[in-house]
Amino acid sequence: MNRLKNRIFTITVWTVALCVILFVFALLLLILERGFPSLTWDFLFGLPSEIEEGGGIGPALFNSFYMLFLSMVIAVPLGIAAGIYLAEFAPDNAWIAMVRICVEGLASVPSIIFGLFGIALFVEMFQLGLTILGGAASLAFLNLPVITRVTEEAIRAVPREWRHASFALGATHLQTIRRVLLPASMSAIITGLSLASGRAFGESAVIILTAGVTTSGVMWDFNLLSPGETLAVHLWYVQSEAIVPDAQQISQKSAAVLLFIVLAFNVVFRIPAWVRDFRIRKAA
Amino acid sequence: MSESTSASNRTLAVSGQPGNGIRIGNGRMLDRKNRLRIYNRSFRIVCVASAVFVCLILLSILFFMFRTGILTFRSVPASTFFFSTNWDPENESYGAFLFIFGTVALTALTLAISVPISLFVAVFLSEAAPRWLSNALRPVLDLLVGIPSVVYGFLGLTILIPLLRDITGRQLTDGLLAAAIVLSIMVLPTISRISDDAISAVPAKFKDASYALGATRFQTVFRVMLPSARSGILYGIILGMARAIGETMAVVMVVGNTPQLADSLFKPTSVLTSNIVMQIPNVPFDSTWNYALYLMGFLLLVISLLMIVVIRVLQKKGVKA
Repeated sequence: MNRLKNRIFTITVWTVALCVILFVFALLLLILERGFPSLTWDFLFGLPSEIEEGGGIGPALFNSFYMLFLSMVIAVPLGIAAGIYLAEFAPDNAWIAMVRICVEGLASVPSIIFGLFGIALFVEMFQLGLTILGGAASLAFLNLPVITRVTEEAIRAVPREWRHASFALGATHLQTIRRVLLPASMSAIITGLSLASGRAFGESAVIILTAGVTTSGVMWDFNLLSPGETLAVHLWYVQSEAIVPDAQQISQKSAAVLLFIVLAFNVVFRIPAWVRDFRIRKAA
Repeated sequence: MSESTSASNRTLAVSGQPGNGIRIGNGRMLDRKNRLRIYNRSFRIVCVASAVFVCLILLSILFFMFRTGILTFRSVPASTFFFSTNWDPENESYGAFLFIFGTVALTALTLAISVPISLFVAVFLSEAAPRWLSNALRPVLDLLVGIPSVVYGFLGLTILIPLLRDITGRQLTDGLLAAAIVLSIMVLPTISRISDDAISAVPAKFKDASYALGATRFQTVFRVMLPSARSGILYGIILGMARAIGETMAVVMVVGNTPQLADSLFKPTSVLTSNIVMQIPNVPFDSTWNYALYLMGFLLLVISLLMIVVIRVLQKKGVKA
């Protein structure tokens, strides 16, 4: 009886797990497979069209990267500095425990709340309207706690001896952080940054609320105050709101491009980290 | 540096103190020690300021959401907002109960689908599968966490909804069930990977003891491994739950976006997040309608912060146990 139960259990675990994993994989492959064969340069860099067929995703794709870059420019220095503070300088008291809860709480705030906050701050208070700047800043707020936590954990994971060795050589705290702690924790931080940028690249709720669902309609528009629809938003917009006859094709291709780029973020940015880890392991 | 400090540096140099200055350019003295101290100090200040800034964001979000949301109650009584199911802002009726109910029902349904499946996947990864297979699958599952929600929503809209239509024979299949299935696929990697880590972290001696007593693998997993990994699994479930509650775009695309109470799995309805994102671009900022949407956002915020508190308590218990 027990043996039978055990056998059934093992078989169930294998089938359920493999089915689920294969199923999710099949879904992702399906997206890539439906979108990629018909992908052209004209589509990637072309201007979108509201009524006729054959519109591209050029400005949306550009805005995605531009906004990601801007949000990282804001969030990375602040996040890393805050992480260093929590790992290195912060005393262990109730006040700092509060700060930690704040960071953790901020990390769990639903993304749409950042959108509402962005509206209240940039659209209402500063009267900017829906802009790339507002979208990028809201995205930065979204990623800030993630980067802070990743940095703190990465620096805490550096072996104590390395820090002691650096101090023993007469290095100041800043020198120790710059020359020892940051290089040693860099691979973990970069992994965290790649996760954060993948998230920012695919984020749509925040962008719809703070940067709008339209682009300025021209390519390479670096103006911070123009509306900034991104690729993820475009995917939603074309699928649910637009009236172009080839909406289905556009959304399939956009989904494939979006998925490919996000997967690439997750994989490519980790390669230096993998190489680094491999070298350290080899040296040790 | 003023004249007096450079003079004091010179006296230090005469008395042979360590870390003495270098003479630069136009005869000013810059003490290396002081310079390093200034760098260290200012770096520290920058770090403190950044940490304070992160906290300030959370506090100002709380402040903005609360201040805007609370204005709802100037024209809408709290009992109407929380208990009325009639959401018709054009005619001045602001009953948000149907959205709150929608969010709660959707989250419960999502967890009911995803938790058992995730636990199977977690047990598979940590106990059943050969090591090479689980080592290959873990990074892949981690990769799935990063896939944008709008892609899942797109899948739901183009594959799941037609599929449900074929199966049930209904015209409209947008609704709670479709949204719950999409969300389940989304939270599955999160819950299963965290549970997997928790199960893998159970000390090997527990397992050995169980096998030594003659237990089968089934008994070991259910009587020993899962109970010992309880708090870690719960942590994963709460994270998945937080994601399900706050998820917006994937839900918007499959839930139907109709403000009516979901008394059937296939009835188009709306939840807190989807209603906010669909309506807020079209309402003026200073209107009761907008205030009510902010109040709904504030509710979401409070729920997600409460979850953090629960996770904290769980972690403290885990440390004690």
